[in-house]
Amino acid sequence: MTETAKKKNVRWVEEPEIGFWESTFVPAILSGLKTTLKHVIDRKPVTQQYPEVKPELPLHYRGVHRLNRDEKDRVKCVACMMCATACPANCISIEAQAAPPEWPDRDKFCKTFVLDELRCIYCGMCEEACPVDAIELTHIYDLTGETRSDLLYDREKLLSVFDKTKNDPRDPVRTRRGTLGPAAEFQQLPTLGPATVVPTADRAAKAETAGVIRTGGEVK
Amino acid sequence: MAELLVTLVTIAIVVGAIPGVCNYLILLERKLSAWMQDRVGPNRVGPMGLFQPLADGLKLLLKEEVIPSHVDKVLFLIAPAISVFTALLAFAVVPFGPTDDPGVPSFIRFIIAPGIDIGLIFIFAVGSLAVYGIVLGGWASNNKYSALGGLRASAQVVSYEIPLGMSVLGIALISGSLNLETIMKQQIDGGLMSWNIWFQPLAALMFFTASLAEANRLPFDLAECEQELVGGWHTEYSALKWALFFLGEYTHMITISFLTSILFLGGWNFPIIAEATSSYPFVWLVKLLVLMSKAFFFICVIIMLRWTIPRFRFDQLMELAWRVMIPLSLANLLMVMFVKQFDLSLWWLFLGSCGLFAAWGLISASLRSAEERSRPGYVKRKKAAASHGHGGHGHGGHGHAAAH
Repeated sequence: MTETAKKKNVRWVEEPEIGFWESTFVPAILSGLKTTLKHVIDRKPVTQQYPEVKPELPLHYRGVHRLNRDEKDRVKCVACMMCATACPANCISIEAQAAPPEWPDRDKFCKTFVLDELRCIYCGMCEEACPVDAIELTHIYDLTGETRSDLLYDREKLLSVFDKTKNDPRDPVRTRRGTLGPAAEFQQLPTLGPATVVPTADRAAKAETAGVIRTGGEVK
Repeated sequence: MAELLVTLVTIAIVVGAIPGVCNYLILLERKLSAWMQDRVGPNRVGPMGLFQPLADGLKLLLKEEVIPSHVDKVLFLIAPAISVFTALLAFAVVPFGPTDDPGVPSFIRFIIAPGIDIGLIFIFAVGSLAVYGIVLGGWASNNKYSALGGLRASAQVVSYEIPLGMSVLGIALISGSLNLETIMKQQIDGGLMSWNIWFQPLAALMFFTASLAEANRLPFDLAECEQELVGGWHTEYSALKWALFFLGEYTHMITISFLTSILFLGGWNFPIIAEATSSYPFVWLVKLLVLMSKAFFFICVIIMLRWTIPRFRFDQLMELAWRVMIPLSLANLLMVMFVKQFDLSLWWLFLGSCGLFAAWGLISASLRSAEERSRPGYVKRKKAAASHGHGGHGHGGHGHAAAH
């Protein structure tokens, strides 16, 4: 930005002049009292009486997770570990198992799926990463448990959250009815550009694969 | 003997009633603050939260009393007691109802210690002792925030004691007495037009302001301002000891509300319903209610002011006391002396007070503009606006005209 352009964009604000009445404080105090009194007399509280009145949450609210089922009531998860990899809080641990031969549409399924609801930061990145729309975040926000292990949600618990919420209009099943997501149709992965623009001197720019920052070891 | 019994009963009633009243004042304060901020306020315990004070009191009673290991134990324990003791003691000479009404049942008296001729001095002497509770609490806590709070409180009370006392001296001169009952009686006998507020409006304003500072209420609560000092002098206190500090503070608030009503607003006097001559059954009850409502009004104003004015900075606080209120109250006192000496009509005092107020405003406005003129780079506003010639948008306007 040039010097003149800078000057053009500056809005000069004058300090308001303080005259006789301002320096006696009295009109300011009275008008302040008028404002507060107006609120007392004309009461319009904005408080929600929580346990009696439930809040109206926005549709994209991110609450407790669920593991979706497909139309044959099987768990939809194919144990690809994308969510566990994407998770910034490291709260998902999955154990995969080879799919039985009568399940021709997948190689693996999750034998165990444990999600630590206490560790989760509810960022929704697992939902975004999932190629088969198996994990989703629901509107449930009042999550409580008596022990920490109560809040380690395993596969069955996550599936029961799905059973509980699948008919709730606020938690539509956002999946493609059992077909795999668009990511599964890629024959070949497109070349990834760097996630952010890096200066050429930065070591991220010298990495073999764009967007990969190598830490440790020697830098070429 | 009967006298002693009545005194004991009155003491029992007052000491019993004040904690309850204070508790409900806290509820009132919470409710009023909530309404001012478009909230609902406590509404869970009982209808409209009316039992909230009981729950709070119970909680404070049953809470663990924490005495940190690094405190000076004796002073730490004495401080809250001093706070409550002085606040309650000051209330002893405050008439909180009609004291000379013949209709009042003989076992009720609306003042603990009647006929104290040094009433006003007693209140200020004892009331200013309350700061010992704060200073000792801050000191004994052995914690820098508490100590800072205590130091601030002491500086503040020392400064505001002077305008507080001097603004009342005018009334003492006018009525020729320090006895609160006499001061009240004189105003009542004269009716509405002899309320002291007409003769001492400026003193009333200063008295109210200074007593806010005395009671450490916002906008003068620098001793305990949460944003700077955690909790100030009561940071280390918990449970009942903490509650005692607040009992003291609210009692102080009640006392100053009663004092303002008695000294300036004619006590229980009110046109038509509670005159000196009015006599109908249970008139004493009406008089009592009138005085209570006046005090209640001031309590509400104090609470409202809390959420209206931002807290003063410490130098502003000191400036207000030493550069504004002390000279003004001194001038006010001189004015009363002058009027009394030459036996002029008291209404001259009303004009004089307005004049003093105007003079103060003019002086401070001119001081401020002088300060503004002395700043480096000062351009006179009108001259600066004229030289641009493009109205308010001077800077943007220039570039635009050049492009054409």
